[in-house]
Amino acid sequence: MQATETHVTPAEKFANVCAILEKHGRHPAKLIPILQAVQEEYGYLPEEVLTFVAVALDVPAARVFGVATFYAHFALEPRGKYVVRLCNGTACHVKKSIPILDALYRKLGISEKKPKHELITIEIVACLGACGLAPVMVINEDVYGQMTPDRAVKLIDEILEKEAALV
Amino acid sequence: MTKKPVDNNVYINGRPVAIEGERNLLELIRKAGIDLPTFCYHSDLSVYGACRLCLVDIEGRGIVGSCSTPPEAGMRIKTHTEEIREIRKVSVELLLANHDNNCPTCYKSHNCQLQRIARQLGVEHVRFKSVLDRKPVDVSSPSVTRDPNKCVLCGDCVRVCSEIQEVGAIDFAYRGHQASVLPAFGKDLAEIECVNCGQCTVVCPTGALSPKSEMEEVWKDLTNPDLFVVACVAPAVRVGLGEPFDMEPGTITTGQMVASLKMLGFDQVYDTSFAADLTIFEEGNEFLQRKTKGEKLPQFTSCCPGWVKYAEQYYPELLDKLSTCKSPQQMFGALLKDRLPDLLGVAKEKLRIVSVMPCTAKKYEAKRPEFIHDGVADVDHVITTQELARMIKAAGILFNDLTPESFDMPFGFATGAGVLFGNSGGVTEAVLRFAAEKITGKPLQSFEFKQVRGESGLREAVMEIDGVQLKLAVVSGLKNAKTVAEQVRKGTCEYDIVEVMACPQGCIGGAGQPVSRNPLAKKMRTKGIYDADKMMPLHKSQENIFITECYEKFLGDIGGHKAHHLLHTHYQSRRRLPEEGIALFSGHGDQRLHVDVCLGTNCFLKGGQTILNGLLKHAEESKLENMVDVRASFCFEQCEEGPTVKIGEVTLNHATVDKAVDTLKSELEKQLSGAATAVSGCSAGCSSGK
Repeated sequence: MQATETHVTPAEKFANVCAILEKHGRHPAKLIPILQAVQEEYGYLPEEVLTFVAVALDVPAARVFGVATFYAHFALEPRGKYVVRLCNGTACHVKKSIPILDALYRKLGISEKKPKHELITIEIVACLGACGLAPVMVINEDVYGQMTPDRAVKLIDEILEKEAALV
Repeated sequence: MTKKPVDNNVYINGRPVAIEGERNLLELIRKAGIDLPTFCYHSDLSVYGACRLCLVDIEGRGIVGSCSTPPEAGMRIKTHTEEIREIRKVSVELLLANHDNNCPTCYKSHNCQLQRIARQLGVEHVRFKSVLDRKPVDVSSPSVTRDPNKCVLCGDCVRVCSEIQEVGAIDFAYRGHQASVLPAFGKDLAEIECVNCGQCTVVCPTGALSPKSEMEEVWKDLTNPDLFVVACVAPAVRVGLGEPFDMEPGTITTGQMVASLKMLGFDQVYDTSFAADLTIFEEGNEFLQRKTKGEKLPQFTSCCPGWVKYAEQYYPELLDKLSTCKSPQQMFGALLKDRLPDLLGVAKEKLRIVSVMPCTAKKYEAKRPEFIHDGVADVDHVITTQELARMIKAAGILFNDLTPESFDMPFGFATGAGVLFGNSGGVTEAVLRFAAEKITGKPLQSFEFKQVRGESGLREAVMEIDGVQLKLAVVSGLKNAKTVAEQVRKGTCEYDIVEVMACPQGCIGGAGQPVSRNPLAKKMRTKGIYDADKMMPLHKSQENIFITECYEKFLGDIGGHKAHHLLHTHYQSRRRLPEEGIALFSGHGDQRLHVDVCLGTNCFLKGGQTILNGLLKHAEESKLENMVDVRASFCFEQCEEGPTVKIGEVTLNHATVDKAVDTLKSELEKQLSGAATAVSGCSAGCSSGK
């Protein structure tokens, strides 16, 4: 899944949200699949759309916000074209995932407090279920095992080069 | 383990305790006289099992939470093994390591469960380094202060808000060490659907949620010699104020209360029960009129500001059924600000009205814009029973030793009916005492209507007075109000009067009352109010001679012009969240026309989405991208008139696609010609666009 910049107009996106809600019968118990589908649509969960979902499902907005912030899968801020998920579960942590994170931050000139990079979003997740490959990093849909700080930086370089060529 | 249980006992630390319908081991253990510590257990909320303090060791099963384990005959449990004691201590130490431990200055000090339990468990030092990441305190709400640095994440507030009140204004957000209790999107309490009932502050074990204090403002007024400060005390205060002074809940302290207010420096001390009597004249009369005409029934009471805000947010279509009467607090404020300058020769700008209330929502009510005229509020400050107790203590007044004094006349004169307002069912009973005599034209044999009394949050009564059948519902807790409101919405409701109080068991259980650990406190306060009624010389509002005099000399007719101006109000549908809406169609022109289509619950059901699609289609086909902005909005607070569309300055109610498209066309034309005149130098202050 990519946060693509295809030419879906806001009105079309919104119509799709309405279709998602209808598909799930506006049922409060379907909140999580609805949020997943909405995130597919926008690449993240915009606050006003979450509010709309809350109103449509007749669920308090605080509850919807709680669910959206509980799962690492959901993003409340727009994400870059490339989402890099670095696992910091027990196995990956023991296998030194944090030095990889530090290397990524350094490379992109960002930090935990200021994580914004327009092209690449770094997310730390608790477990990707691939502990045998620890430490694991996922870029969009591609899984990379036995990661090292150097390899991670190299992958970022490749992305940056590819994007630079597009311009 | 094959031994069959021979009796119905659980063996607690070796001693048999019979199971008598207890829902969980914790209840059984407490029945046996052992007060296991808990943060997250409240008997009227769902079981959460998060705080891990009520742990017990069950033979053959190991350590479990007693709150979430049903008792079984033959169970052998231990409540304070070495291991359990250590687990409890560590839990509390971990909480303290993540807590703002400024106890001496905390509002909840001396009433704080964390403080009490730490002491009870003998936690003498915290072995962990403090990890508190200080977050800002939310002081936006007039009623409730939220200090996240004191939250222990027990979730009591979340559950009371959603299970008892069905509001759900706050919930858990984020996870792990970032977990916190927050309004949606971390917004301020004042911006969201919080109805200000403050029940979250009642169950909060620490100072994370507390009633917003107005004591300093009141002290300032009291110590200003130029001001004339009047106290108006609500009925429920008299049966709660004794508790912080070690009296039993329900002790009637009216005399000491008045004496202490005088000692604090109030120039006059009046009884809000007077205004409650006045409310009965207006509301009783309003009801009899509606009943005769058979319209706008059931009549919902409007004394409770928590309920009023709830209705405005969730049941806009029922607002015409709410009594138009102001609450007693606001009637009193309006009346006193109007009458006292004449009666006492005090300049209006030097007059200050201070309400003493069992309620946090009254603070919000006093600040509603319709009760403020030219910057002057009808009620200047509202303090709670808790705050009054604190002020009495701060002044060093020995409350228990005071010689009783009486309210000032005439506005301190009330009947028992007015005092009943403190109890759930009290307004209904007071209305019945009024309406029954009006219907029959004869004096009542007995003034008590015990049919409407009781503890349940949703009670019904049917009674016949002179062939007129009255069906009544008495509701406390907003979840129960929702049940009745849904019936009205579906047309299956047959009630004539519905009394709604947001707090369970009415004002005596309000969030401004002292927080009690006595499980019988509310019951005892309720009894206190009924006893206070019995002790009053008069029991029917219509017997209040000062009110009759008020109408004769000043107000004119009941429900008449002057009365309406001073004593009645209006309601408006109210949005729950401040969200602006979703931008759907926007271009780059400088002077774009703003189009908002409401897709809030009401408008959506009435076809808002069809209109939105129609407008979008029109905008696209006519290539208006640089001329209009279209947004999906959530609520324009005009739900009764939905679906609602706003096009530029025009608000369309009961909109249809055709109407909306026509208006869009004409507004665009207007804008074009407006722009033309603006270019040619129009000075008429055209305000097209924004």
